[in-house]
Amino acid sequence: MFEFVNTLLIGITAGSIYSLMAIAIVLVWRSTRVVNFAAGGIALASTFVGSTILEITGSFWIALPVAMLAGAALSAFIEYFFLRPLLKRSGDKNQEIFLPIIATLGILGIMKAVLHFIYGEKIGVLSPPLSDKGFIVSGESIALSPLRLLILGIVLLLMIALTLIFQRTNIGLSLRAASFAPEISRLSGIRVDLVRTVGWAISGAAGATAGILQTVNGSGAVTPEAFEFSLLLVFGFVAAVIGGIESLVGAVVGGLTLGIILAIILMYLGSSLVFFAAFLILILVLLLRPNGIIGVKGGRRA
Amino acid sequence: MSAALLHAKGVSISFGGLKALHDVHLELRPNEVVGVIGPNGAGKTTLFNAICGLVKPDSGKFEFEGKERSWPRTDELIDLGISRTLQGVGLFPELTVLENVMVGAQKLAKTGLISAALGTNKRDEEILRDKAMRALDRVYAGSLANRRADTLAYPDTKRVSIARALVSEPKILMLDEPAGGLGPQDIEWMNNLIRNLTATMSILIVEHHMDVVMSVCDRLYVLNFGEVIASGAAETVRRDPAVIAAYLGTGVA
Repeated sequence: MFEFVNTLLIGITAGSIYSLMAIAIVLVWRSTRVVNFAAGGIALASTFVGSTILEITGSFWIALPVAMLAGAALSAFIEYFFLRPLLKRSGDKNQEIFLPIIATLGILGIMKAVLHFIYGEKIGVLSPPLSDKGFIVSGESIALSPLRLLILGIVLLLMIALTLIFQRTNIGLSLRAASFAPEISRLSGIRVDLVRTVGWAISGAAGATAGILQTVNGSGAVTPEAFEFSLLLVFGFVAAVIGGIESLVGAVVGGLTLGIILAIILMYLGSSLVFFAAFLILILVLLLRPNGIIGVKGGRRA
Repeated sequence: MSAALLHAKGVSISFGGLKALHDVHLELRPNEVVGVIGPNGAGKTTLFNAICGLVKPDSGKFEFEGKERSWPRTDELIDLGISRTLQGVGLFPELTVLENVMVGAQKLAKTGLISAALGTNKRDEEILRDKAMRALDRVYAGSLANRRADTLAYPDTKRVSIARALVSEPKILMLDEPAGGLGPQDIEWMNNLIRNLTATMSILIVEHHMDVVMSVCDRLYVLNFGEVIASGAAETVRRDPAVIAAYLGTGVA
C-alpha cells in the first residue's frame, strides 16, 4: 500500500510536468494549427538560460521567471520570423499541414546545434531550491518531498493563471475565437496575427517551466543532448494526444494519466518497458479514441 | 443629397481568367438602406468580401466619409465603423452567446494586449460584458446570453450574429442574406429591426428575398456577370427591363 501511494506521488509529479509540456503543444496547435516539435528546443534553451541566471544570481526565484520570459520571447520569435511567413507562402492545404511540421523539426535541430556550439560539453547546473528528501510519515520516508510539493504548486499556479486568462480576460477570449475561425475573428476586429504570436509566447513560457521543473525533478543538470528533454517532448505529445490535442484541460488530464501509468510500470514491471508503454498508449489512443480520452468537443472550451 | 459615407469606386477583381467584378461603383449615404441584388454568381458576395478586405481588388478606390484611403484590411473594418454578418451566420459554436457577442466588441476594449493578459484592467471585461448584454437585448436575445451558441435554434443564431455586429456601434452594418432560411414571422421581425436600425446607421444588404429587399431598401444595385446593370431607387430598378431580363434569363439585347 505504502509503495503504491509512493508510486502515485511520483507519477503525479512527473505527470504534472508532462501536462505543462502538453499545454505548450496544445496552445500552438490551437492558435496556428502547427505541430510544434520546436517546443522541445524552446524548453531546452530556456532551461539553459535558467541555469545561467541561477549561476549568476544564486536564486531559483529569479531564474524561473527569467527562463519563462526567455521561452516566451524565443517562441514568439520563431512564430513571427519562421512560421508566419511560411504559412503565408504555403500554397495549398497539404502544404499548410506538412511544411510547418518539417520546419519545426528543422528549427529543433538548429536550436540543439546552436546550444551545443555555445555550451559545448559544459553542463548547465540547476540545483533544486528545496530539499528532495521525502517527508517522514509514521517512521517511513514517503515520495513527497518539499521539492515535489514545490513542483506541484508551481504547475497548479500556472494552470490557475492560464484558466483565468482564457476564461476571464479579453485576450483569452480573442485567443479562443481566433483559434476557431480566423476570418470571422478578423471581421470582429481581432488582430489575429498578433493574437497568434501571443499564443506562441504563452506556449513558450509553459514549455520553459516544464524544462526547468523536469531538470530539478531529475538529475539537476542539463546538456544540449539531454535525453530527459527528448523524453519530455515525446511525453508531452503523448499527453496532448491523450487529452484530444485541442483542450488545455485534456492536456492536464493526459499528462497526469501518462505520468501515473508510467510510474506504475516503472515500479512494478521495470524501466525497460516505460518507453514501449508510452508509445503503446499513444498508438492505442490514436486508434481507439482519436478525439482523446475525454473526447468531447467541448473540451476545447477551457 | 448628403455626401456618401462609403464610396467604392471602380472595383475590379478577377480570379484567374474569370472577371468576378468589373468596374463596380457603390455608394452608401448616411441612414440609408442599400441592397445589392442579382442572380446567383453575379458577384454580390465577392463585392461584400472586397469591401471587407477578405478579397483584394485588382483595382478600385475606397472612400470613407469623403476621404480616400488605402483599401482596408479585414481587421481594420471595425475601427472604421463597419461591421458585417456572414451568410453562414459564423458564430463560434463552443463559446456562449454572450462571449460570441463580446468578440465583436474588441474595439471597445481600451487595454493593450500585455496589460490585458496580466489582467491589470479589470474594468475592460465588465464594460465589454455590459455592452454585449445591451446588444443582445436590442435583438431580444438577452435571455440566451449564457447558452452555448451551438444549442441555439437557427433564427436565434441570426439574432445573435446581428447582436455581434451591433455591439461595436458601427456606422455601417453589412448584412449578408439576413432573411435566408427564416420563416415568414422571423422575416417580418428582421424587416422591422432593419428599419429601426437606420436611425443610427447605414445598412448594406445582400439578399435573395425580393419581398425583404423591396420592403427595407431605399436604393438598389443590380449585379449581373460582375457588372452593375442597373442602380437607383428600389421601385424604379424593379421595373427596369434589363433587370427583369437578367433575373428571368431572357436576352433582351
